[in-house]
Amino acid sequence: MTTLTAKSLSASRFVPAVFAAALGIALITLTGHVQAAALHDAAHDVRHATGFPCH
Amino acid sequence: MTSRFLISALFAGALSGAIIGLLQLMFVQPVLLHAELYESGELVHFGAEAVSAHPALPGFDLMRDGLSVIFTMLTYTGYALILVAAMSFGEDRGARIDGRWGILWGVAGFVAFHLAPGFSLAPEVPGVAAADVTLRQIWWFGTAISACIALWLLAFGQNWAAWGAAALLLAAPHLIGAPEPETFTGPVPTEIGALFAARALGIGLAAWVLLGSFAGYFWQREGEHAAQAA
Repeated sequence: MTTLTAKSLSASRFVPAVFAAALGIALITLTGHVQAAALHDAAHDVRHATGFPCH
Repeated sequence: MTSRFLISALFAGALSGAIIGLLQLMFVQPVLLHAELYESGELVHFGAEAVSAHPALPGFDLMRDGLSVIFTMLTYTGYALILVAAMSFGEDRGARIDGRWGILWGVAGFVAFHLAPGFSLAPEVPGVAAADVTLRQIWWFGTAISACIALWLLAFGQNWAAWGAAALLLAAPHLIGAPEPETFTGPVPTEIGALFAARALGIGLAAWVLLGSFAGYFWQREGEHAAQAA
């Protein structure tokens, strides 16, 4: 029974966890890696300070 | 369940991002602005006369520094979403997730996203010579991902095969080598570059310890709320 509960718990978490991780990767790509001029300029100091490759 | 992920990551990311944004303005920004004076040619060293190590710097710039705080909050919210996802998988495998254990997850995040890439691609002070940015970004992502997998294997692996694979994954990006410039042409004094890298890594560790602890705390708290509501 415990195993069943644990398994169903994992299943209910799997999709939201993957969704959260994908959203997170998209967000750090946007703030840290996209080279569009406006984004680059706005995020410039943060990119350097966070150790992202900047320009 | 989705809201538990989003709420705990948003709280943890925004809160730690706001604190880190301020720490960054206090400790990293002055070094960065100093370097930019050399980058723009306003200051030069190796000249006939010695240059002061204490230049006059512009004060607080609302637009630039405000954007820095906002982008720090966004960046750490992104990291928080990834961290909370990893924590949920860890919890399923028997790990305890709360504010105290979150510190350890935070240190792991720092290793994966700052220390591992920074080991071969040191945090860049403005004005340094560097290889093509796309190549460096590919190397950065590859190194961060392989470090994430390696740390997971170290924490949750059950045998020497898993731990050995972790060691290989940690070493491989550095054995392959990061994209480096052909020649050094940077105008910034090495002292400033070294201080910048040290400050960026130090603030990065502080950031991730805060992020991990907050993420663990809010993840546990949101779980309790959900359990009470059910």
